[in-house]
Amino acid sequence: MTKRVDRRKFLAGGASIATAGLAGCALTGSGSSDTIKLGILEDQSGNFALVGSPKHKASLLAIEEINNNGGINGQQIEYFDPDPQSNNQRYLELTRRMINQRNVDALWAGYSSATRETIREPAIDPNDQLYFYTTQYEGGVCDKNVFAVGPTARQQLGIVLPYLVEEYGSDIYTIAADYNFGQLSADWVKVLADENDANVIGEEFIPLSNSEFSSTISRIQDADPDFVMSMLVGSNHTSFYKQKASAGLDIPIGTSTAMAQGYEHLRLDPPAMSNIYAGVNYMEEVPTNRNTKEGGFVDRYYEKFPDAPYLNEEAENNYFSIYMYKRAVEQAGTTDQEEVKAALESGITYPAPEAPDGEEIKLVPETHHVNHHMWVMRADEEHNVEAVDDRVIDETFLKDTVGCDLTSKDEETQYTPQDYYEEAG
Amino acid sequence: MAIGLDLLVQFFPNFASIVLAATGLAIIFGIMGVINLAHGEFIMVGAFSTSLAYNGGIPFLPIDALPGLSRLIGAMLFAALVTALFGLLVERTIISGAVPNWISERTLGRPVVTPLYDRLLDSMVATWGLSLIMVQTFRNVFGNSLSGVPIPFGELSYGNSSIGLYQVLLAGVAAFVLIALYLVFVRTDYGMRARATIQNESMAQSLGVNTERTYMATFALGSGLAGLTGALYTPLLSIEPGLGSVFLVDAFVAVVVGGSSVVVGTLLSGGLLGIVDTLFSNVYGTFAGRIALLIVAIVLIRFIPQGLSSLVERLRERRLEVD
Repeated sequence: MTKRVDRRKFLAGGASIATAGLAGCALTGSGSSDTIKLGILEDQSGNFALVGSPKHKASLLAIEEINNNGGINGQQIEYFDPDPQSNNQRYLELTRRMINQRNVDALWAGYSSATRETIREPAIDPNDQLYFYTTQYEGGVCDKNVFAVGPTARQQLGIVLPYLVEEYGSDIYTIAADYNFGQLSADWVKVLADENDANVIGEEFIPLSNSEFSSTISRIQDADPDFVMSMLVGSNHTSFYKQKASAGLDIPIGTSTAMAQGYEHLRLDPPAMSNIYAGVNYMEEVPTNRNTKEGGFVDRYYEKFPDAPYLNEEAENNYFSIYMYKRAVEQAGTTDQEEVKAALESGITYPAPEAPDGEEIKLVPETHHVNHHMWVMRADEEHNVEAVDDRVIDETFLKDTVGCDLTSKDEETQYTPQDYYEEAG
Repeated sequence: MAIGLDLLVQFFPNFASIVLAATGLAIIFGIMGVINLAHGEFIMVGAFSTSLAYNGGIPFLPIDALPGLSRLIGAMLFAALVTALFGLLVERTIISGAVPNWISERTLGRPVVTPLYDRLLDSMVATWGLSLIMVQTFRNVFGNSLSGVPIPFGELSYGNSSIGLYQVLLAGVAAFVLIALYLVFVRTDYGMRARATIQNESMAQSLGVNTERTYMATFALGSGLAGLTGALYTPLLSIEPGLGSVFLVDAFVAVVVGGSSVVVGTLLSGGLLGIVDTLFSNVYGTFAGRIALLIVAIVLIRFIPQGLSSLVERLRERRLEVD
């Protein structure tokens, strides 16, 4: 009798091994219901791999830390991280798979605004899926299901533009990538210039496929501004910084896109990024104890990923938002998405690496955005990066100007500055 | 006056980028009837080789130990050579199918691949697939970006503007490449065989020209020129696997506008498109420059579908008739 039981056990074991073998990577998907399931869709290949893979890695770091410390309410986190390959069509397919087949409790997905919009209306909103979008972006998304926890253009430009006006003068020349993000960011430059008694004396939008900047450089020299605001995007546009250095264009440049995401100060030879000021909530060099002290965020990241090239702005956003999600689930006592959203709307805070000791960044209940601790980071001729200014900047566009209040009204809209400011548009 | 000077100086880098992007593509298209959609990726191979050689990433080849400018020039020549050899490999395996056919004749007893010569659409599909494979393979092997190469020489100041001297000098290199190609085609045995092969392949064969070897050499030459372009632009660009796509559009527009004659066509289209791009980019901005360039290309294709070089040929024929 005992023998038969043993044989049955053996058969059962063999069968489950065989199923596991057949199922392949689906093994993780058939996980038990007592785990918390997170979907992490970040680009590990394709055009956005350079900036997307740090997000992917930092997400895994947060999940590992949480699991090693007992999980969330005693439940371990199980994650699904197929590679969307920088392809929006694939993003849509994978998002649907995450929601319908994996039944994820929360989803982190996408680098660009184009990706967010590809999945938001067709997949996120119809399923009321709890979704974290963590890239710094143009701002304005007021959506019950979306927690856009990266800094907005108004926050990023709002720390660096006033600083440069104060330091260098009031004539601004804007160069921006010629698509949704660049156009809206340029509008924000105009709004902020107006608020700071400065003027935009020239503006140029550069197609994403362009990598030849001699005429742009010559036009900037003709206009002779006090500083340039650059919202250039992507590797083609990175050539601008090399070419302006070789042309001897030595002008301060403020930016919301360079250095913090694609670490141009490490990839390009000095002095390409000399005198460039980035307005960011985070980059690897941000000098807080939580970030750079021994055993801090940077140390933990490189201990898990010794070959990683950089820890970028969006990586920190993925990291702290997974911890914010943990706090919300613990508070709600359940992973039920509506109850977790309600908990996230209760004023969740977290001691993120971007904030100095004793300070926690706050998720604003009404707008699902974060009041970030913002930094102005300057690169010198040797590409050493130092902080020259920092303070908390609230998200004000949705909160005050638009009056978005998701705690009382269920909305799924994106607002743009043109609707509210004369200078924009 | 200042504007005129500005336009003149700005013309040089635009002319250089169009001509250098187009020559390799033009040679392969003009002589072999193969549209190489992986042209941008061949340029990328050149850029990656330059960056690796310059920064000491090539074992047993201490190019990074060379002094001063010779380090950069050594890395660039190495890159052109590597890309030419890579092109040779692609020609033998994918374009001509010689290697797979050699194997299949010994195992299956019959060839499996028909050469892609003069099969425009088929060659586009095959080389497009190749380009996708190359981009992701390079990403997997070398990562998302490579360390770059500093831009040599200083700046050239004129009026209250300035430009990198290197970008202006590239126009000289582009002109040199065109002259060298002209000499290769009219003064060398290879050039004569190549021209004979274009005019009438079967007649050339019956006169003893080994057209297959001509095709092989042509593809290697075109690839080597793509590699040289990648090498020359390495200092100006950020080095990542997708960089070839920037060149592909310019190259195609230039080849279509220029027509089948490699040297004359590329020179004329580089000159014309360079002027249009410079004028509109400078006065109305980069975006307007791109639009103007494409509009000119569309108009020219509508009215001179054979390309600018066909105009020159028609003129020459008319003069011969008069004589």
